[in-house]
Amino acid sequence: MEDMIFYDRMQFAFTITFHYLFPQLTMGLSLLIVYFKWQYLRTGKVGYNSAAKFWMKIFSLNFMMGVITGIPMEFQFGTNWAKFSELTGSIIGQTLAMEGVFSFFLESTFLGLFLFGEKRLGQKLHFVTGFLVFLGSWISGWFVIATNAWMQHPVGYEILENGKFALTNFKALFSNPWLVPAFLHNQLASLVTASVVMAAIGAFYLLSKIHEENGRLFLKTGVLFGLLSSVLVAFPTGDWNAKNVIKYQPVTFSAMEGIFKSQTGGSEIILIGQPNLKEQKLDNMIAVPKVLSFLTYRNFTTDVKGLNDFDPAKWPTNIPGLYYAYHIMVGLGTILIAIMATGAFLLWRKKIEGSKWLLWIILFTIPFPYIANLAGWYTAELGRQPWLVYNLMETAKGISPTVSAGNSLFTLLGFVGLYVLLGVFFLLLAGKIIWRGPEPKHG
Amino acid sequence: MEFFWYLILGGMLAMYMILDGYDFGAGIIHLFFAKSESDKKAITRAIGPYWDANEVWLIAGGGVLFFAFPVLYASAFSGFYLPLIMILWLLIFRAIGLELRGLVDNQLWRIVWDKAFGISSLLLALFFGLALGNIVRGVNLGEVKNGVSAFEAHYFFLPLWNATLDPLSDNLGVIDWFTLMLGIIGVVSLTMHGANWIIFKTNSSINKKLKEVVFKLNFVLLALVITSLLTWHIVKPKPFENFINHPIVWIFPVLTFAGIGGLFRIKGFKKDGTGFLFSSVYLIGGLFSTVTAIFPNLLPSTNTTNPSLTIYNSAAPNYGLSVSTPWFAIGIMLVIMYFVIQFKVFKGKLDDIEYGEH
Repeated sequence: MEDMIFYDRMQFAFTITFHYLFPQLTMGLSLLIVYFKWQYLRTGKVGYNSAAKFWMKIFSLNFMMGVITGIPMEFQFGTNWAKFSELTGSIIGQTLAMEGVFSFFLESTFLGLFLFGEKRLGQKLHFVTGFLVFLGSWISGWFVIATNAWMQHPVGYEILENGKFALTNFKALFSNPWLVPAFLHNQLASLVTASVVMAAIGAFYLLSKIHEENGRLFLKTGVLFGLLSSVLVAFPTGDWNAKNVIKYQPVTFSAMEGIFKSQTGGSEIILIGQPNLKEQKLDNMIAVPKVLSFLTYRNFTTDVKGLNDFDPAKWPTNIPGLYYAYHIMVGLGTILIAIMATGAFLLWRKKIEGSKWLLWIILFTIPFPYIANLAGWYTAELGRQPWLVYNLMETAKGISPTVSAGNSLFTLLGFVGLYVLLGVFFLLLAGKIIWRGPEPKHG
Repeated sequence: MEFFWYLILGGMLAMYMILDGYDFGAGIIHLFFAKSESDKKAITRAIGPYWDANEVWLIAGGGVLFFAFPVLYASAFSGFYLPLIMILWLLIFRAIGLELRGLVDNQLWRIVWDKAFGISSLLLALFFGLALGNIVRGVNLGEVKNGVSAFEAHYFFLPLWNATLDPLSDNLGVIDWFTLMLGIIGVVSLTMHGANWIIFKTNSSINKKLKEVVFKLNFVLLALVITSLLTWHIVKPKPFENFINHPIVWIFPVLTFAGIGGLFRIKGFKKDGTGFLFSSVYLIGGLFSTVTAIFPNLLPSTNTTNPSLTIYNSAAPNYGLSVSTPWFAIGIMLVIMYFVIQFKVFKGKLDDIEYGEH
């Protein structure tokens, strides 16, 4: 039984982690493509149009990866989490089906039209198709977050005698207080990924002296959007989410901040340190006094609850994992703001191209936003444990009753093998597109 | 309300079968009949711009199944665990093959990915046929042994096969002689369907040969369909009860045979799209005849202890089903609009579309 839960969780965690490497780029990237296409319509400069078309090729590759790794996500609700699907399907199935109907058709149809239909459509309609691709990908994020918001903070339901969750208020699914802050935070984080990738490819072109004209545009656009989005991710949207956590999952808040003992008269904020569960403290801790109270309550002296204020039975299952996920997200987010602010400053002083050291840094920043995005999701998901539906249904009660541990390990291993292969080929394909670069002669 | 969502689900499945069905079929044709590089390219171009959009129907259909019939979703997806995960792997493998063949200009490279693409297409067609066979035959719901259920009444787990391949045995497997027959019907049907799509959408040099292939396979298909009808009663007594009680549903078998009949005249069709139209009619007729035969069951039970899963006992509570009707109506109208736009923009042959040469 323990084995089964472990393999089921590992398989979902592995496949969703791999899957989310792709949508996190496409959602943000689609906005940048719309920006390029709009600039082209406005100024008539060919460089903008070839940029839009170049990035739509990257988008398309990532979208394809998102589709083929996304189908297993939906299927796994049924294959590995059958009991959860049976009990909550009439609610979370609703938002997931809406994603399919309202988002994927829109996104996939107009992606095809954007890629292959420029000549037949004309420039204005080509812009519109780009905009609809953007719309589709953001609608998708909206419904996925709506689904997750219900699991984090269930609303609009009743529990029937047979244990099933029945929907009682459809609108409540979308007025869930968890939804809008989480959605904005997630979309802006996706824009951070897209901006950093764009700036990094620009830096790559400039450093290797190929496609330099395009490189300049990518770098500038990436840095400006990167600064904007990385700031907005932290404040106000990150802040809103933290306030939701403290309101609806207070024990999770204490665990992710690493506050073991309640702090009266103002709580320190922990920057670095390793959770020591045995002694209920952090080892090698570096902290700044009173700042957590200020960030959370706008008051340096407000008390903050520690884990010792809660029943240990209700603590998140994996406190060190949750603590690290949260701190990695925040730490990388802060580093990204610093890099992008430096870039924007040098851009303003027109010194960015000469600052090779910064171009190298930006180039090697590519993994950071991906890791930060994933760490953010790990924070949300580990923070919810041991619950599948917060405070109502335990994760262990959601697995498929008839699937044996041997079978779920078999498929987990299969997914690992296949996705390693898929990852290698994705990098090859992406590398080829980037190496070739935009082709202004077709613009 | 349940019946309404049953129809919607059936419609979405049919759309998926017709659309991704030609993708699989094109893959099979690619495997067996496309010899020259230009023909192979023509085939990948004829499905390239469409295949991921076609798979969206699977995602959307899965979503509707999830919220409208959560009990069936939970039961069937966990019970058919292995074949479903393998379908996922094949879908991924197929996509890798299709997208990667153009990456490196090397013959060995292309051979590997062409085979990956073709073989996974073939296996997918087989698996979807097997799936239909399993739904007709039913499963041991609750895993009953000696009159006692080992699990809750609607859960089960099927291995891929049992030693005897017997659809009537106590230890059922996904593959037995009956489901395998439907699997082969799936392969033959989709091969013809894919050939018709290629004829419709390309000017490749094998189009003439493909018409010959469709013509010949049509005899095989007819023989298989008749055999399946003659053996149907072995796995399911009284297979025609619904047809006798509600004569209107005879429309589905009529469509099936109209499709097959029409395809015998493939060599004489004036328009390239006519063959595709007939194979679509045949596929819709075939799918709906099959599910009509077991209606109102969605997944029959092979034991007498636990009831079959029907559209009534596996559906979601009424509020959820009725509140979703308006959004679904809007959504599906939008989808139809997108498809009209897409077909208008991409009408005609697709040979000139640059695909797979990122």
